[in-house]
Amino acid sequence: MASEIRLVPSSGHVRHGSNIGQPLTRRDGILKVTGAARYAADNSPAGLLYAVLAVSSIARGRVTFLDVPAAKRHPSVVEVMTPAHKPPLAQDPDAKTNPFMFRLDLLQSDQVRYAHQPIAVVIAETLEAATEGAALLAPHYETLPARVGLDDGESFVPPAVGVGSPAVEAHGRVEPALARASRRIEATYETPAQYHNPMEPHAIVAVWEGDTLSIDTPSQGLIMARDRIAGLFGIAPAKIHIRSPFLGGGFGSKGLISGPQILGIMAARLVGRPVKLVLRREQMYGPVGHRAPTRQTLRLGLDGAGKLTAIDHHVKTASSSFDDFFEPAAGVSHTLYASPAIATSYDAVRLDTGTPLFMRAPGEAPGSIALESAIDEAAAACGMDPLAFRLKNYTETEPMSGKPFSSKALRECYAQGAERFGWSRRPRAPRQMRDERGFLVGWGLGTATFPALMFEAEARAVLRSDGSGAMEIGAHDMGQGAWTALAQIAADGLGLELERVEFRSGTSDLPDGGIAGGSAHTATAGMAIHNAGAAVIAKLAALAMGDERSPLFGAGNAGVVARGGRLFRRDDEERSESYADILVRAGLGEIDARGKGATDPAAQSAYAMHAHGAVFAEVKIDPDLCQMRVTRVVGAFAAGRIINPQLVRSQLLGGMVWGVSFALQEQAVIDARSGRTLNANLAEYHVPVNADVPSLEALTVEEHDPHVNALGIKGVGEIGITGSAAAVANAVWHATGIRVRRFPIRIEDLMIAD
Amino acid sequence: MNLFDYVRPASVAEAIAAASEPGAAYLAAGTNLLDLMKGGMSRPMRLVDLSRLPGLDRIDHLPDGSVRIGALVRNADLAHDAAFARSYPAIAEALLSGASPQLRNAATVGGNLLQRTRCAYFYDVASACNKRQPGAGCDARGGENRLHAVLGWSEACIATHPSDFCVPLVALDAVVEIEGSSGRREMALEALHRLPGDTPHRESALAPGDLIVALRLPSEARAFAPHARYLKLRERTSYAFALVSAAAAFHIEDGAIGAARLALGGVAAKPWRARAAEAVLAGARPGDEVFRRAAEAALADARPSGDNAFKIELARRVVRRALALAAAGTPARVPALPASPFSSAPGAIHGV
Repeated sequence: MASEIRLVPSSGHVRHGSNIGQPLTRRDGILKVTGAARYAADNSPAGLLYAVLAVSSIARGRVTFLDVPAAKRHPSVVEVMTPAHKPPLAQDPDAKTNPFMFRLDLLQSDQVRYAHQPIAVVIAETLEAATEGAALLAPHYETLPARVGLDDGESFVPPAVGVGSPAVEAHGRVEPALARASRRIEATYETPAQYHNPMEPHAIVAVWEGDTLSIDTPSQGLIMARDRIAGLFGIAPAKIHIRSPFLGGGFGSKGLISGPQILGIMAARLVGRPVKLVLRREQMYGPVGHRAPTRQTLRLGLDGAGKLTAIDHHVKTASSSFDDFFEPAAGVSHTLYASPAIATSYDAVRLDTGTPLFMRAPGEAPGSIALESAIDEAAAACGMDPLAFRLKNYTETEPMSGKPFSSKALRECYAQGAERFGWSRRPRAPRQMRDERGFLVGWGLGTATFPALMFEAEARAVLRSDGSGAMEIGAHDMGQGAWTALAQIAADGLGLELERVEFRSGTSDLPDGGIAGGSAHTATAGMAIHNAGAAVIAKLAALAMGDERSPLFGAGNAGVVARGGRLFRRDDEERSESYADILVRAGLGEIDARGKGATDPAAQSAYAMHAHGAVFAEVKIDPDLCQMRVTRVVGAFAAGRIINPQLVRSQLLGGMVWGVSFALQEQAVIDARSGRTLNANLAEYHVPVNADVPSLEALTVEEHDPHVNALGIKGVGEIGITGSAAAVANAVWHATGIRVRRFPIRIEDLMIAD
Repeated sequence: MNLFDYVRPASVAEAIAAASEPGAAYLAAGTNLLDLMKGGMSRPMRLVDLSRLPGLDRIDHLPDGSVRIGALVRNADLAHDAAFARSYPAIAEALLSGASPQLRNAATVGGNLLQRTRCAYFYDVASACNKRQPGAGCDARGGENRLHAVLGWSEACIATHPSDFCVPLVALDAVVEIEGSSGRREMALEALHRLPGDTPHRESALAPGDLIVALRLPSEARAFAPHARYLKLRERTSYAFALVSAAAAFHIEDGAIGAARLALGGVAAKPWRARAAEAVLAGARPGDEVFRRAAEAALADARPSGDNAFKIELARRVVRRALALAAAGTPARVPALPASPFSSAPGAIHGV
């Protein structure tokens, strides 16, 4: 129950003006640092059994034998769920009826389509017994060769990339423009397969009572998850209750309910008892999505003055053998730089991997490191400073669509970031700077960009006769701070002090909070909250203005404003009345109203909507040993209205750390023969530690956007990665003169012959 | 994990008796063994828990100038023992460059010596591994092997020993004290770890039931303290195993190297003492030219075991730098980024 979650500010809340804009510490912070925040796997209902997946060690073929008797003989093992022994489903897990429905592996056959695919589930009285039972299954396989590299299959042009974007797009004619260009840059960049690796693994506790289902599981999209489960089990959505108050990170991997989570529900149905299923870390390298590898070729045409005349961005990527998700990496080239000719295209192969899915900044993250590296190469080829080159090619309209931007404070981002970083002191040529200890020093720049998206959400606002209020929305706190930022919007929407608002969130019985994805959650859920608040205030105002006993009677067209639990006559603030007085007099315990958040189609068709930023990075490199260290990163971002500067800063810093990771550390190392990921653990799948990011600064640049939504919110969840990865890579070039086009950059890439 | 017996002996003698049966394994902090058991790489029938044995958690600075370190001393406690760090600064630096603070707070000295390789194919039970299953083959050959051995490897196994701690220990002639069914004996640490040959599953010179009870550093080792460093190249600044590491130590008398010690990590199935390089250095005046020759000598027998030829050149460079750092003198305290090239003092890499 959401009401069990006791949120308290961890520092005194001194409010000046509205709640929006205040740097409140997260209200769930104390719960989290004291261990009191209850994550899905922390729940252990009475009678609980433990389910453990047995997963495939081959990448393609079929399972020919499972030693089920051996597993069942193991003490405390209760049941073994296999393709031959599982509860029936109402829907084929391979069916697709909408673009957000991905095929799941739910033991529908003996076929194996990727390594770590679930092939059985062992259910036992203890976690240890279930784990050993899974090992005792000792599967036999009929194995076919694994296809896991970008050259391991026949290329084809995907039907669409990302969510329904065309695989081939053009503006102007690129080939003649390239042919006429006075200078051309052509370079190919490679990015590896990456895995989301949230700290909290996918976990589920499922309890069936008859045909009602109660679930604790992390979700970035409660209603989509509920409806997917309802379809698979053939029950009404209203029979399903999901609690997801906290996520230990998601990064897109919890956007859609995954196969293993459904298997936990199936296991509970099979045994007729509550079941807990938690993925082992290595089991997250397969059935819960990843970022596919890319090989991107950029061809840039330039005129004699350093202006772009053509951008051609081709992406080779991969999906699974059985479903479609193609990393939309070329999208960044549609928006960032002015060019009379732009073309983007894709080809892809099908690999024996799990289906790639949305992973933080899908498309923009790998696309940005390629485009921004190529732009850096172009600047160097023109003998221009990388910032001057970017300003020369600055665009006031979205080049691909020709639309004006709803707002774009990128110039200010460049200026403020450059000033803070000290960019003007950067020598143009590479390998010019050393520090006092003799380390090579390099400075690099990357432009950040991410679309300002919105989905759909609904909220319910309540005002009570005791003067308090409530806001209900099935929103999602993945760690980004929704419990705090959305409550701030709720308080302003209701015209109440934050402490007077009960903010209920994180469960599927509340109004649909939409998806926490696409950096759109604060905008989408926030607008639903804002509109619900406005609607309930309008009801309250109607009560007051229509009641001759109220000082607000007859305010009529002058209207009222809501503030601090009172309505004030807009044209005469001496005349006001408290919410409580209005409701008590009307004999109402409470009133409520609903509001929606969604994109405005008219604004969408008139404007291009994006957040922007500029990231400046300094690396130091040992000239002989080639060990790299990112010593300083400054990012300046313009993302519309900032609801909570402290939470936004954390989001931006997290994205920038991810950019450092992308450039220097992160990759799945995959055995080309077996198709298994060899570093499927947090010790060897490297991401930065604190010592790797000694100095990070995120600046927010003021930006008022009257078009994105009434609150002016653009979203900050993903933009921090974009620009940052390339800033680091460009700094490595500037330090060494060596351009590495395969990521992550490794020590041996910089070891030139002695 | 599999079902196993768990015993908690009250004395070393009881422990040895309990561990002498086939399938028994000693458990100290479990920072490596428990991971191996959870992954099915190791399936002991009996765990003999040493963690409560009395008397094995002491650091004794003995009158003869040597130091005796109980096998249950925690890595972090040893590194932060001020007298120890003063006498053996390169060892403290190596300890603090290993793993993470949480692991160092748990891991024991004895366990560190006997930790298993991090070869991904050893950890992947579906892969062929001669170390895990004698005669099965080696999937690291022809696989992802850029981190694998360049010295002392065999056709049967190209794995490396991951310890940082062992590298300066071997350089400084550390000795292990072993209790076994036939009584107490001592062995040079350098003789403890075996090269793979045809029997990579036999990783140490210990017999079943043998228990390392202490580690000793001879009094002579203290004389290296003014010129002793550990240098570790890795892919992030903390919580990563070495690509290549080196421990270097000198006596410098009248501007010339009296005795030199050099060992490498991350390059072989054991911490690799480079005696040929030590011979090159002995008697020479420290400088880049002799360091270069020493590095050549240290890697003279190196050959790639796969996609890792870069490690040979990288190891030469690491050796040269470690020697230069040692020659420049031990810093007054362990640097904030232990063993990192970025921890070097101002001017230390001048002229590279």
